[in-house]
Amino acid sequence: MTDGMADHMTDLADPPLLSVRGCRQAYHKDAAADLLVLDDVALTLREHEMVALLGRSGSGKSTLLRIIAGLLRPTAGEVLWHGSALDGPPEGVAMVFQSFALFPWLTVQANVELGLEARGIPRAERTRRALEAIDLIGLDGFENAYPKELSGGMRQRVGLARALVVHPDLLLMDEPFSALDVLTAETLRTDLIDLWIERRLPVKSVLMVTHNIEEAVLMCDRILVFAVNPGRVEHELAVNLPHPRNRQDPAFRQKVEDIYALMTRRPAPAPPAAPGPAPAARVVPLHRVGTNLMAGLMETLAGAPYHGRADLPALAAALQLETDELFPLGETLQMLGFAELAEGDILLTEAGRGFASAETDARKALFAAALRAHVPVVATIRQVLDERWNHRAAAVRFRDELEDHMSADYAEDTLRVAIAWGRYAELYGYDEEAEQFFLEDAA
Amino acid sequence: MSSTIFPALASARRRSNLWDAAAFLCVFGALVAVGHVARGTLAPLAAPGAVSVRLDPAFLPGYAVRTTLRMFAALFASLVFTFTYATAAAKSRRAGMILIPILDILQSVPILGFLTFTVVFFMNLFPGRVLGLELAAIFAVFTSQAWNMAFSFYQALTTLPADLAEAADSFRLTGWQRFWRLEVPFAMPGLVWNTMLSMSGGWFFVVAAEAISVGDNTWKLPGIGSYVALALERRDLAAVAWAILAMLVVILAYDQLLFRPLVAWSDKFRFETTASATAEDPWVLKLMRRTILLNRIGDAAGVLAATIGGMRLALPVRLPVLGRGRAGPPSRAVDALWLAMLVAVLGWAGWRIVQFVGAELSWAEVGHAVLLGSFTLLRVAVVMAIACAIWVPLGVWIGLRPAWARRVQPVAQFLAAFPANLLFPVVVVGIVRFRLNADIFLTPLMLLGTQWYVLFNVVAGAAAFPGDLREVAANFRVGGWLWWRSVALPGIFPYLVTGLITASGAAWNAAIVTEVASWGSTQLTAHGLGAYIAVATARGDMARVMLGIVVMSAYVVAFNRMLWRPLHEFAIRRMTY
Repeated sequence: MTDGMADHMTDLADPPLLSVRGCRQAYHKDAAADLLVLDDVALTLREHEMVALLGRSGSGKSTLLRIIAGLLRPTAGEVLWHGSALDGPPEGVAMVFQSFALFPWLTVQANVELGLEARGIPRAERTRRALEAIDLIGLDGFENAYPKELSGGMRQRVGLARALVVHPDLLLMDEPFSALDVLTAETLRTDLIDLWIERRLPVKSVLMVTHNIEEAVLMCDRILVFAVNPGRVEHELAVNLPHPRNRQDPAFRQKVEDIYALMTRRPAPAPPAAPGPAPAARVVPLHRVGTNLMAGLMETLAGAPYHGRADLPALAAALQLETDELFPLGETLQMLGFAELAEGDILLTEAGRGFASAETDARKALFAAALRAHVPVVATIRQVLDERWNHRAAAVRFRDELEDHMSADYAEDTLRVAIAWGRYAELYGYDEEAEQFFLEDAA
Repeated sequence: MSSTIFPALASARRRSNLWDAAAFLCVFGALVAVGHVARGTLAPLAAPGAVSVRLDPAFLPGYAVRTTLRMFAALFASLVFTFTYATAAAKSRRAGMILIPILDILQSVPILGFLTFTVVFFMNLFPGRVLGLELAAIFAVFTSQAWNMAFSFYQALTTLPADLAEAADSFRLTGWQRFWRLEVPFAMPGLVWNTMLSMSGGWFFVVAAEAISVGDNTWKLPGIGSYVALALERRDLAAVAWAILAMLVVILAYDQLLFRPLVAWSDKFRFETTASATAEDPWVLKLMRRTILLNRIGDAAGVLAATIGGMRLALPVRLPVLGRGRAGPPSRAVDALWLAMLVAVLGWAGWRIVQFVGAELSWAEVGHAVLLGSFTLLRVAVVMAIACAIWVPLGVWIGLRPAWARRVQPVAQFLAAFPANLLFPVVVVGIVRFRLNADIFLTPLMLLGTQWYVLFNVVAGAAAFPGDLREVAANFRVGGWLWWRSVALPGIFPYLVTGLITASGAAWNAAIVTEVASWGSTQLTAHGLGAYIAVATARGDMARVMLGIVVMSAYVVAFNRMLWRPLHEFAIRRMTY
């Protein structure tokens, strides 16, 4: 970190390419206080650096990227681009999308020319520059193809060429490789890094959003680790390994381990937990994690070679799980009291071991108990159903309650998860047609 | 075909019914205004006698061309309307509040009922000149085409893929560039499909609009429709046959030369990320792609279109980026002002309608019209039931056999485009000859034009039925009634509902033409709302025409809301794969 700071000291005289200060983004909600997606985010980008925004899905990092791209206006705070405030998408910023966002009715060439056309550059010049970018990014021969004829990797190359052709000062990339398979993603990463270190990329700086820890360490000079609820930059690390970087290099592994440890660090316990009844659990969005996946992970952890404890990076590699899948899974187990995350490791608790060795019905009972103890929304649903004379209750009231604590989309997702988990635990049933919960034995 | 948009249901997720009432008032307030202008000037209008139609078949090709030109003029007007009206409705929240319900009501109004008002209106604009009549005919066709096209475009605009919209914004496309590069292409498959449906429906109306009688005046425009009308007056069956032949040729040409290639071409705009198996190109498209000269012309047109679409035209003010609340929450005060203005206009429109109809009509008359409406409703229901009974089993049988489906599908679409009113005389002759009951035997006329919608939708549904589910059914030896009940019918249900919606809409319109039929001096009249409107039109009784249209629209809207929309939602929710 100190090294990174030293780097910055040298060019402090220039205004930074981009600076974000005190940026807040909130959902507006009539009933409750505003729900924060981003809180007091600050970041500065200088020329000639590649920076990663690393965080879980739902941490607001894509929202921040859209604010920087001028596609969203923050609720509060300022975004300075070359020293002046941003109003709409600025010239000199180009974006690469996770979903590629190619126009299916335009050929590769026409897609690449789009940004030039928007600037009113004459046809001949457009063609020349587009061919140049197509050549740079390795798409020769595909000029006349339509996106649907291309593989995912080729499509993202078009996305890259389209962004590079306008020679942006800042290239924004929103999880650019996460929709690709492992090998294709790796090829694209190394191609991009090669162009970057050879200084052949016609950009000054790159800001990429990712949830892939290794990707961030492999590519970037600086990593901003995002925390969730609300989203904010929690840590900043410099990566000073020389390119090309080797994933097996001990220094590389150590960096990855460090970041895993940072990301699994428990939030500082607020007041010392008083003995007695556990404090009421906070209503938080539930991750979309299936019960089969949870059971599978607990069985795996209980057995050899892990015997109840596993190193997260190793586990992710062994199970071929993206960090974006592994973290929600681990956190869900932690929330339910079946496992604990600490220092980049996952540990199975007593309850977790019990679950792993139990039969189906016993598992359901354990799961039901864990849900009622640790998941407020499930506990509430069951309690309301128990109290009602007909043991039925409309889903909409629970959704409304959830919306006091989270956005409508998250509330919907969380309710879906509560339905699935409750069904598995046989705590209640759900009638999709009537949108009502009901008690199974009463019906 | 899977991207078929159901215009009647496009706004299904809209909330309030209050807006429907508002739209109702708007539409009929405007109608009353037009009628009011028209009424006082009905008498002095001279029939343009210069226009005469002859029964010699040698004139038919010329008539056919004129009829076709009217169709395309109307199509052009519909496109202009689509691009402006739907864009305004989608981009301005306040405009959309009232524009979309109005569109919803407009497409439920029986267009043939309009004819009286519009003919008189246009004749007033251009007194004593054929241009007025031409415009009236074109307007009639326009009113049959524009609404569902506008709806499909509106729907596309409100469902633009978020990532493409963001890409367009982040590359700073101007409004004009965004329109031609993103919005129009995205809407293209749905728009082309709806245009095709519109054209199919349009032939029916262009034929009806070429010979119009209001009060004592009869106007004829040279065209296939007026040719047939004359043939009916003169009891000339051979001439009717010639006209049918001419129409067949025209529709075949338009189908092969224009719409097959257009539909195939619009496939390129389909928004999907995977390449799907595509059908073979129609021969015209192949011809265009392979002939050097045509290819050059096509390329030149493409370059021109790209240049126009790529121009950096922009409004002097930067419009806020749609749907992303860049500008913060909307101003309550402006909303309130806008609402107050609407309420004022609506109140006035409502008052005028009551005044107009109330001056001449009693509540008893309204009750009478509602009763007649229920007869027509019964007819529509019976016709739909018959269409289902015949075409569902046949359609499923055909659809499950790809070789047959490929051959039948274009034929069914072709038959749907054929204006059934040309075939009416043949049936009417039979009824007159055998002295049959008009109330019963005029009803099948409704079936003539509308049944094909049911057929081609069912065929499409059966053809899209997943192979593995069929194998499951075969594997477990599911057969007989169980197979129909739990395999075939649920499988085609969404398609069947779509077909029935289109067909029933067409049937209501057809009622105005089918409940009254004539052969020479013999006139057959069935009891029904369609006949009520037709007879009132012939008498020039504006108030009764108005009442008839309002009641029929109310029936159609109620039918859509209470039956089709819930059915469609159910089908989408439960019976899609």
